[in-house]
Amino acid sequence: MTTLVSIRGVAKRYTRGKQTVDVLQALDLDIASGDFLALMGPSGSGKTTLLNLIGGLDKPSAGEIVVDGKRIDQLSSGQLAKWRARHVGFVFQFYNLLPVLSAEANVELPLLLTSLSKAQRKKNVAAALAVVGLADRATHKPSELSGGQQQRVAIARALVADPTLLVCDEPTGDLDRKTADEILTLLQQLNRNHGKTIVMVTHDAKAAEYATHRLDMDKGALVTSGDSH
Amino acid sequence: MKFLAQMFKLISINLKSVPARWGATLVIVVGLAGVVGVVTALQSMSAGMVATLRATGSADRAIVLRGGSNSELSSFFTRDQAIVIEQAPGVAKGEDGKPLASGELSLIAERPLRRSNTDSNVSLRGIGPAGFTIRPELQIVEGRSFKPGLQELIVGLKAREQFIGLDIGSAVQIRGSLWTVVGVFASNGDAHESEVLVDIETAQSAFRRNGYSSLLVKLDDPSAFQAFKDSLTTDPRLQVDVQNEVEYFSSQSRSFTKTIGVLVSVVGVIMGLGAIFAALNTMYSAVAARTVEIATLRALGFGGGVVIAATVMEAMVLALIGGLIGAVGAYAFFNGYTVSTLGAGFTQVAFSFRVTPTLLINGLVLSLFVGFLGGFFPALRAARMQIAVALRAA
Ligand SMILES: Nc1ncnc2c1ncn2[C@@H]1O[C@H](COP(=O)(O)OP(=O)(O)OP(=O)(O)O)[C@@H](O)[C@H]1O
Ligand SMILES: [Mg+2]
Repeated sequence: MTTLVSIRGVAKRYTRGKQTVDVLQALDLDIASGDFLALMGPSGSGKTTLLNLIGGLDKPSAGEIVVDGKRIDQLSSGQLAKWRARHVGFVFQFYNLLPVLSAEANVELPLLLTSLSKAQRKKNVAAALAVVGLADRATHKPSELSGGQQQRVAIARALVADPTLLVCDEPTGDLDRKTADEILTLLQQLNRNHGKTIVMVTHDAKAAEYATHRLDMDKGALVTSGDSH
Repeated sequence: MKFLAQMFKLISINLKSVPARWGATLVIVVGLAGVVGVVTALQSMSAGMVATLRATGSADRAIVLRGGSNSELSSFFTRDQAIVIEQAPGVAKGEDGKPLASGELSLIAERPLRRSNTDSNVSLRGIGPAGFTIRPELQIVEGRSFKPGLQELIVGLKAREQFIGLDIGSAVQIRGSLWTVVGVFASNGDAHESEVLVDIETAQSAFRRNGYSSLLVKLDDPSAFQAFKDSLTTDPRLQVDVQNEVEYFSSQSRSFTKTIGVLVSVVGVIMGLGAIFAALNTMYSAVAARTVEIATLRALGFGGGVVIAATVMEAMVLALIGGLIGAVGAYAFFNGYTVSTLGAGFTQVAFSFRVTPTLLINGLVLSLFVGFLGGFFPALRAARMQIAVALRAA
């Protein structure tokens, strides 16, 4: 298996006035292409920080991050924006859909950054909504959808531009057990049937069971490494 | 192209979220409506005054005043001096072979204004037959003209509108003598319409003025003016100021338009600054309310430039809506609205506000400018937010 994400000696330090907080220290991590990785750990251990670095939302204070053969730790924010649009799909805990847009318009957003025609965009949006099982809710506004449905729309949005990598920060953190299981099953299918590489942060050990690998973090470092099953 | 498409999408998203924040948005719209309304109204007043005074006078007529007098009221000639002036070169001759020159007497009478019922000055002009010949625009529209020798007068349309008791048949007490209104005249809506006219000789004897305040002459043509002027100013028997009639009346409006100009600038700047701060406030709160939305879009790969452009455009669209309301309001309420003000020599000159297309466009440009400034700084803040930090605001 090829390595999709390679992290070497990455540190993240926040400075606020004279205070400095070392959130991540000398972190090494490889994520294989086609992996479904669950990142676990106590609150404040640095999971979101690491995920943001992998997804190119933030830059490390030190170290090297290579995704799909490209070093992203040294890109400018404009270059990073373009890189994210092509390579990363994001799924957030609170879905982060735009409330004024219908489900399909939300899903279409990443495609506005591509050169696809209107007709092609429409087709891809329909396909993505079909994958998450929401073809019949395309014209609904987020406020007219349940939490689980909103998260499906968000997953469709993350998928629609066919990114290399899906990063999900507590995607089931705001959902009940049953709905969470449905969402996790969906992610698992995307990983197994569509070959999507997924990095998912979660607090929920049951959620981590859907992944192929599980990593634990504590105080800015990885503590265990190994297979969950 | 992609940039524009993304920007329009963001603007439409932003504008769709306006109804959810009506209160804050109204601040921009109402603020700009107020600024543009007030500034346009003030400017339309100035434009109306200028138009009225510009409409007064003709380039082939010259007005002669005693040297150093800036208005007819402080000017005086004897009959002999008037004869010298009439004979100057360039003065046109009538059918009877006599020079087309009108010696006129200008006085002030007090009459109560309709709008306030307080006394104000109406300009009274003694005028002879030549005065009517020289001014073809002067037309009796009701009743008849005065008869020489009788204490009769005719009133301008605007004078009748502005003052109490100037209707046909009314008796008017002026400087101790009683005059009867026998007619109403029009004069192309110019400044003379705010006057009252009487026969010159009757006026000279009634008011014991054996001479004239001014002399209006018809020139052979506008180009004859310089020769006419030179001959009078070099004549040692005379001490006169000679002005083209058009120039005379526009100089009368100059101080007024200057005052209005200053007023417009001061009010415009103060209200404009207020509107900029209102717009800033609205847009800062809009950006704050959308922190997570903006961060999400940027996470998806939307660039900072698009976010700035969309935020600025949103502010400009809202400001333009306000500006349109203000401009339309100023037009609806003020265009054609007639007021009077103290004109030359402290007499009332009536004129109408003129909300011209130029003023409307100026108002809209002003609103776009305010919208741009009001949107720009909040837009910068939106674009500079760190995505990872902003996403935590969810
Ligand atoms: N912008 C910032 N400035 C300073 N400190 C920060 C900033 N962002 C995060 N931190 C700190 O970094 C540490 C790790 O935060 P992070 O959000 O990565 O943790 P987490 O593992 O995702 O926690 P949770 O499970 O609660 O989401 C925390 O102590 C947090 O307070
Ligand atoms: Mg977190």
